[in-house]
Amino acid sequence: MTDTFDAVVIGAGHNGLVCAAYLAKRGRRVLIAEAADSVGGASITREFADGYSVSGCAHLLYQFHPEIARDLNLAKHGLVLAGKNLATIALATDGRYRRFSGEVVTGNGLTQHDISEFSAFNGQMTRYAKLLAKVAGRRPPKLVESDWSDKLNLARIGLDIRRLGRDEVRELLRIGAINLFDVLHDRFTDELLKGALSVDGVLGAHMGPRSPNTVLGYLYRHLGDAFGLSGPAIPEGGMGSVTSALAAAARSSGVEIRTGTPVARIICVAGRTSGVMFDSGETIETGLVISNADPKTTFEELVGFPELESGFSRRVHNIRARGTAAKLHLALDGMPEFSGIDAIDSGARLLVAPDLAYVERAFDPAKYGQYSEAPIMEITIPSVHDKTLAPDGKHVLSAVVQYAPYELKAGWDESRTSFQTVIVDTLSQYAPGIRDLITASEVLTPRDIEQQFRIRGGHWHHCELSLDQFMMMRPAFGATQYTTPIDGLYLCGAGAHPGGGVMGLAGRNAANEIIKREKSR
Amino acid sequence: MIAHDERRVIPTPFHSRVAAACELNQWEDWKGYTTASAFTDVALEYFAIRNTCGIFDLTPMIKYRVAGPDAGAYLNRLVTRNISKQSVGQVMYCCWCNDAGQVLDDGTLFKFDENTYRICSQERHMDWFLASAMGFDVQIEDETGRVAALAFQGPTSCAVLRKMGFQGIENLKPYRFTSFPFKGDELMISRTGFTGDLGYELWCDPMFAETLWDALMEAGRNYGILPFGAEALGMTRIEAGFIQAGVDFVPALDVVRTQRSRSPYELGLGWLVHLKKANFNGRKSLIAEKEKGSRYRFVRLIIEGNKPAEHAFIFNRRNKAVGTVTTAGWSPTTKSNLAFASLEMPWGLESDELYAEIYYIRELKWTRVMERCRVVTDAFFDPERRHATPAWDF
Ligand SMILES: Cc1cc2nc3c(=O)[nH]c(=O)nc-3n(C[C@H](O)[C@H](O)[C@H](O)COP(=O)(O)OP(=O)(O)OC[C@H]3O[C@@H](n4cnc5c(N)ncnc54)[C@H](O)[C@@H]3O)c2cc1C
Repeated sequence: MTDTFDAVVIGAGHNGLVCAAYLAKRGRRVLIAEAADSVGGASITREFADGYSVSGCAHLLYQFHPEIARDLNLAKHGLVLAGKNLATIALATDGRYRRFSGEVVTGNGLTQHDISEFSAFNGQMTRYAKLLAKVAGRRPPKLVESDWSDKLNLARIGLDIRRLGRDEVRELLRIGAINLFDVLHDRFTDELLKGALSVDGVLGAHMGPRSPNTVLGYLYRHLGDAFGLSGPAIPEGGMGSVTSALAAAARSSGVEIRTGTPVARIICVAGRTSGVMFDSGETIETGLVISNADPKTTFEELVGFPELESGFSRRVHNIRARGTAAKLHLALDGMPEFSGIDAIDSGARLLVAPDLAYVERAFDPAKYGQYSEAPIMEITIPSVHDKTLAPDGKHVLSAVVQYAPYELKAGWDESRTSFQTVIVDTLSQYAPGIRDLITASEVLTPRDIEQQFRIRGGHWHHCELSLDQFMMMRPAFGATQYTTPIDGLYLCGAGAHPGGGVMGLAGRNAANEIIKREKSR
Repeated sequence: MIAHDERRVIPTPFHSRVAAACELNQWEDWKGYTTASAFTDVALEYFAIRNTCGIFDLTPMIKYRVAGPDAGAYLNRLVTRNISKQSVGQVMYCCWCNDAGQVLDDGTLFKFDENTYRICSQERHMDWFLASAMGFDVQIEDETGRVAALAFQGPTSCAVLRKMGFQGIENLKPYRFTSFPFKGDELMISRTGFTGDLGYELWCDPMFAETLWDALMEAGRNYGILPFGAEALGMTRIEAGFIQAGVDFVPALDVVRTQRSRSPYELGLGWLVHLKKANFNGRKSLIAEKEKGSRYRFVRLIIEGNKPAEHAFIFNRRNKAVGTVTTAGWSPTTKSNLAFASLEMPWGLESDELYAEIYYIRELKWTRVMERCRVVTDAFFDPERRHATPAWDF
């Protein structure tokens, strides 16, 4: 082993790739060690049945940051969007539908009040999301041991808040402190519309619409609106194309990527990292280690609590990171028909969330370690946009299904089949003929996601996205601003600020912070 | 054990004997146990400790058993002192901190074998000890109620133990322990204590507690043995220079205002901090403190006059308050007025001119005096007999 690296990044999830690429662009020699046999982490494409490929975990680009795509020249490295500015359609079993596109909602039987209220609501949420985007795009300021740039950052946030205007700020504080259920209930009358909007607040979270932090969840999902996107996108070739383009960009800047190379340990001596050891026993010496793995994996398994202090270890232990989202993948013999929807719209983002109470009720069992008997779903049929995913005339369906709690009392091995039956039964209510079209299927529970993607708890954001685990408290006090208690060890994944989703900001912000800190050392 | 008892304050295994001897009927609640503040006369009890010997019911002291293959590594991460060289049969005085390098407590660590230890302290720490156990293969058990303990202190203590048949006890060195067969069970004896004198602590199964008490009283009859209470112990504690959690510092997990906690350096326990050993709780913060300097200095003071300086403000020459007394009392043996005080940096050098502002009341009249204080760096009282091995015979 003669190579020397300025930095080793653990994990080639999209954030690890982004971080490595930015560091390499600034002249650092970077090695990425990825446990899986391919890059991408939870942003991959996988052939799950002969001839049928699907985005193996994340399936929609809601908020991939355009600056990152530009900086890293992803178009040149092969990223093509097969579908973009997708509409969202709320499904019903009785022929009703609600179609959301930008600030416009249409649908049979909608009142004029709800239509105009939605446009106002959307405008307001976009203004709040813009504020959040500013926060997300920068290192979170520390409040107590703040340095001048923290103070500046705080002042900027303060200024951005003031710019919203007094009434808007008051409203933000009001709704931020309550929950999405109440907010939607106050403003709209139509249940189907409310149910659909509530999904944006709870997707990926161990929360129902009535839970606190759901307004934050909603705004977070709508960061894309603040980035100037208008609706989710589907990359050609599945989500794996995003990360293979990122990998190509990273390589072109000199990053070396080793797949099939799990890191067993981050080597620490007296509070400082000196490199990593692979499962193979091989070690790489470097003073800079950046972990794309989730915080629990990073601190508990790779560093090890004995190398950390008790108070910090306890905080890491207490990070809430229980996933509730499952994935359903179907190979379909033909195009399914959804009740109330034109064929042309089957490429949209389809939601099963017929009313607010339905969504809340779907969440209830999760609190007690049971899955929903009537789950909510976010469905995409990417093969509508992208013919490479399935044989001619055939289709693939990918759905996020909630709620499937990580800690299932009855055990997932025992319950996977029955849960799959529940999902397909539910789906059949909205697409009556779909059962006969299914030629292959798979369900990934949070346990599977944990195992396959090495995300402890299988959580969408690595750690729950809630105000107590946000900004300078993300993932936990003592490991904010991408730093950790171990000198030379940084975080760059979804568990760091601002959080998960295929967005890239955690990776980019981390790279900026690392460059700043390592220079001043 | 405690959970099943309906009473809020429960008796110790020695209670029948303690109650019979406690003529003053002065009791206090020590960590949920009924213990005697004084038995007959505090001065008498004190002089028994210094001139003959005394026994003290130590059972309520919090005791944890730490066992498992990682016990040593666990403890070395927990405490600030490097315990990797502790030998079996040795007792080490330690303190432990939170991540911010603020003291949670101090106590004694007993090593039974490579994988088994006991840690004794003033406060309960199960929560912290368990949080600290994540990542280690150790079991931690509160054994406070399962071990009856007596402090047996004073010049004639060794002679009494010898009389009881514990052969070779005189060869036990300070901060060592050993075991003897006793009435069909085992008695553990350590040469430790809170009095700063020649003395021992005796540890046994609660079943034999009364037998042990009786045997000691019997053997000690001609050696001036007396039971003593918390008050007499307190007097010897100051002379010996031992600090106490909850009195001389607020355990860091209890403070509401973060500035009120203290680091080991700020309690005169810097000698217990080994920054060069591997990772331990508080390491980073203590390194930073070492570089940046501490906020406080803990000092021993000899104060002029004889008025106890309890909670007195300490002033400098310019009449600026620079700290407060945490513990104070008259020392009969050194015939001086002693105190521990926590002073703001940089005060507390031997050359500093300091004054204690003492208020005292005589027949309902309050008087205020400013007494000159002298900072001393040695222990107030540290007799040779405390250290000598073989232990002296009196
Ligand atoms: C069911 C589900 C559906 C989702 N759907 C969407 C969606 O539609 N749109 C969206 O934007 N987001 C979605 N998300 C969220 C999104 O997938 C994640 O937030 C995002 O992929 C996290 O990216 P990351 O780079 O931070 O971490 P990851 O993608 O998790 O990457 C971490 C990498 O580290 C590697 N690693 C871990 N440990 C080691 C080790 N010891 N040695 C070497 N490598 C290691 C892992 O193998 C992995 O490749 C979804 C999440 C879930 C669970």
